[in-house]
Amino acid sequence: MSETKLSDLAGIGARQAERGPTADITSWALTMHRWSQWLQSPRPYLMLIGFAGFLGFWYLAVEVWKLPRFAEMPGPTQVFGEWFSKDPTYGLSIFTPEYYLHIWVSTRRIAIAFFLATAIGVPLGLFLGWSLRFKQYVFPVFELLRPVPPLAWVPLAIVMFHGSETPVIFLTFLASFYATALNTMLGVESIDVSYVRAASCLGAKRWQVFRHVIVPGALPFIFTGLQISVGVAWFSLVAGEMVSGQYGLGYVINTSYTMVRYPTIVIGMATLGIVGYVTSAAIRLLGNYMMQWRMRELSLGAAR
Amino acid sequence: MNRISKGIDRAVLFITGENFWRGIVSIIVFLIFWETGSRSQALFGFAFPWVSQVPPPSAVALEMFRLIQQPSFWVSAYLSTARVFEGFFAAMLIGIPLGLAMAVSRTFYGISFPVFEVLRPIPPLAWVPASIIFWPTQEMSIAFVTFLGAFFTIVINVIGGAQSIDVRYFQAARSMGSSTWDIFRRIILPAVLPSIVVGATVGVGITWAVVVAAEMISGGGSAGSVGGAAGGGLGFFIWNSYVGGSYTQIVAGMISIGIAGYVSSAILRKVGAWMTPWLAEG
Amino acid sequence: MNVQSIDSARFSATRGAASAAPKGRVRIIDAVKMYGVQGGGVLAVDHCTFDVPPGEITVVVGPSGCGKTTLLNAIAGFHSLSSGSIYLDDEMLCGPGKLKAEPGPDRIVVFQNGALFPWKTNIENVTFGPIMQGAMSRAEAYDKARAMMADAGLRGIETNYPGEISSGVRRRVEIVRALMNDPKILLLDEPYRALDSLTKSVMHEALLEIFYKNRVTIFFITHDLEEAIFLGHRVVIMTTRPCKPKKILDIDIPHPRDYGVLTTKRFREFMEETAAAVHEEAIKAFDAGERER
Repeated sequence: MSETKLSDLAGIGARQAERGPTADITSWALTMHRWSQWLQSPRPYLMLIGFAGFLGFWYLAVEVWKLPRFAEMPGPTQVFGEWFSKDPTYGLSIFTPEYYLHIWVSTRRIAIAFFLATAIGVPLGLFLGWSLRFKQYVFPVFELLRPVPPLAWVPLAIVMFHGSETPVIFLTFLASFYATALNTMLGVESIDVSYVRAASCLGAKRWQVFRHVIVPGALPFIFTGLQISVGVAWFSLVAGEMVSGQYGLGYVINTSYTMVRYPTIVIGMATLGIVGYVTSAAIRLLGNYMMQWRMRELSLGAAR
Repeated sequence: MNRISKGIDRAVLFITGENFWRGIVSIIVFLIFWETGSRSQALFGFAFPWVSQVPPPSAVALEMFRLIQQPSFWVSAYLSTARVFEGFFAAMLIGIPLGLAMAVSRTFYGISFPVFEVLRPIPPLAWVPASIIFWPTQEMSIAFVTFLGAFFTIVINVIGGAQSIDVRYFQAARSMGSSTWDIFRRIILPAVLPSIVVGATVGVGITWAVVVAAEMISGGGSAGSVGGAAGGGLGFFIWNSYVGGSYTQIVAGMISIGIAGYVSSAILRKVGAWMTPWLAEG
Repeated sequence: MNVQSIDSARFSATRGAASAAPKGRVRIIDAVKMYGVQGGGVLAVDHCTFDVPPGEITVVVGPSGCGKTTLLNAIAGFHSLSSGSIYLDDEMLCGPGKLKAEPGPDRIVVFQNGALFPWKTNIENVTFGPIMQGAMSRAEAYDKARAMMADAGLRGIETNYPGEISSGVRRRVEIVRALMNDPKILLLDEPYRALDSLTKSVMHEALLEIFYKNRVTIFFITHDLEEAIFLGHRVVIMTTRPCKPKKILDIDIPHPRDYGVLTTKRFREFMEETAAAVHEEAIKAFDAGERER
């Protein structure tokens, strides 16, 4: 006869608490911990070296050595001087309202297109992955239209939708939609079939399996897809704005070029980079928040 | 011999299986919808909202048939394809070594990756004006932007692939006395190859998108449509069709680009599969 | 006696009263399963016939890839049979006219690599079955879950996620999840295969403890002969693919058993009786080049 029965034990939770990191750590504490680890590693300093190198090269090439290829390019002092000046020569800096207007216009277009693409793409992707029959009907048509690059749609979009806002938003929507739907479908298809079987065994009906297994199971892929989708959206938006828009960061870049306002081009590019990064990071953080279980799993298990 | 018969087997199954017919049915339905929608004004007396502005598939098909008989169309197609592959190969040539270097050396990664990540969100097209200012010829500026499009994807994929190589492969090789070069050639390279293939396939799609866009934006290099002087590529062709008001040509051009893009990806995938035979199903 | 034990005793008692006669007798009659298409198929199960007695642990042993998982999947309702039939108590699960059973909470599977939903907490997992079926209210389900988990020595991890606990503990949670639904038979598909042998020995004793409390029929698949003889009332030794019962043994070592049993003479006698048969099949499987699934 065993000496101790398992039900007599104090409980696994208590013993794990003695041993080390437990689930009682809040997510906030976990984030702070990882943050401080990062600061103590050599990585922040390497990062600074990288940026210094990049900016340094740019500065030297344009303003000090005056390399011939770089003759017409604006140097960092020019660009940063312009960007942060209270009275910019070309009218666009962080102190001018137009700057924020353009950012707002672009962001608004992205938001509309992205939300539409997600609202339609995620359910579509879920069904494509879930029902083989649905996929057999719908996927060929889906794949038929996909190879056409976003910008190739511009003239057709202008013809189809009147006005200047809608074609641009449509373009952006299209690119974003494809990325989201495809990744969602892939996500559903990569769910381990054991989870679905387990749920059926436990008495769940088909719609319950869909809601409790498929949707949460595909969530990691969906969020990866959303990040890609937002990147693709910016790509298409800029293209659309450069060709046929008014206001917006793509428009800024294009007109700055035609009106020979070179430093503003770089300001536009840098702003695009920042805003693009922020939107992508926002989605990633949202994903991390919604998938607490994954974050904990990765933090407590992984070495990196 | 066996592989050929297996291939034929699968093709037959695919065609006669339900799979295939369902897809065909929906494509036909789609085409019918498109055709009636385009002609809705004539057929029903009122125009469907957006579809009615689009030329019908029948007209487009005729246009395509006409186009493929014109040599200048093929010149445009060739120009675009050449640009795609120039930029693409440049991206592979620089991106793969860079990615490998980043994966292998933590110091190099620490220095270069943040800069890389800061530049990555900037859409390639935003670089077009800067590129035009910098490079002497228009061709080179388009090539540079095209290069950028594929470059970031390839590097990210290479890093991802290299980082997921099981450390035990290295340990096994070292214990059998391999030199560093050997390890690189026989372990790292083959293990990274699948990721490179994935990066390449995605990258080529992006490259097409960028080429078309760049052609439309920068005016294609020389004036003229398909009917005129040597064209500036398919992107320019579409733009010109729009300016000239020939809507069927627009759609025909879009379809051509779609086909070209699809074929490039398919070729890459086949090449990739040929280079990584160990991944094939048993 | 603390409150937890009283609760669990009450639950066990209700279960015991309702199931006076043990349920979960499975009869497999002439089951055949062929994979693949028109003349180029693979025979996985070759005219298998045997019984799984109710209220007992039946263990099926065989080399990897021999088709035993296919049999389990047929009982569970994930795969169809090519011919033959399977009965649960007096009801036909699958057979002529109905080649595939419906999965249901009377036959719950515990999977090889674990199928606890990683996105739900442990207690959400455990209460999943009853809540989905609408068999009891949330409050009732949670109460019962807490009691059963405490019973199994799993107190304190209710609000953790499966990713945060060790795989041995995860297995136990999965078994509790299954038992919450009062299944007639528990189908275990090599559940301890991925665990190290030290954890395994603890798991064996845990499983037996759970079995003694609940007396649910257990159908257990493994490739480990020692595990089979230790746990089972009845051991069915399968040939290599296509599988067919080669030898059926009734293990008369008395229950309740503990790990001391492993060194008894009777245990060694059983091992001797069966080791040659198992080894013979293992060699055949090796020659046939079975790939690990």
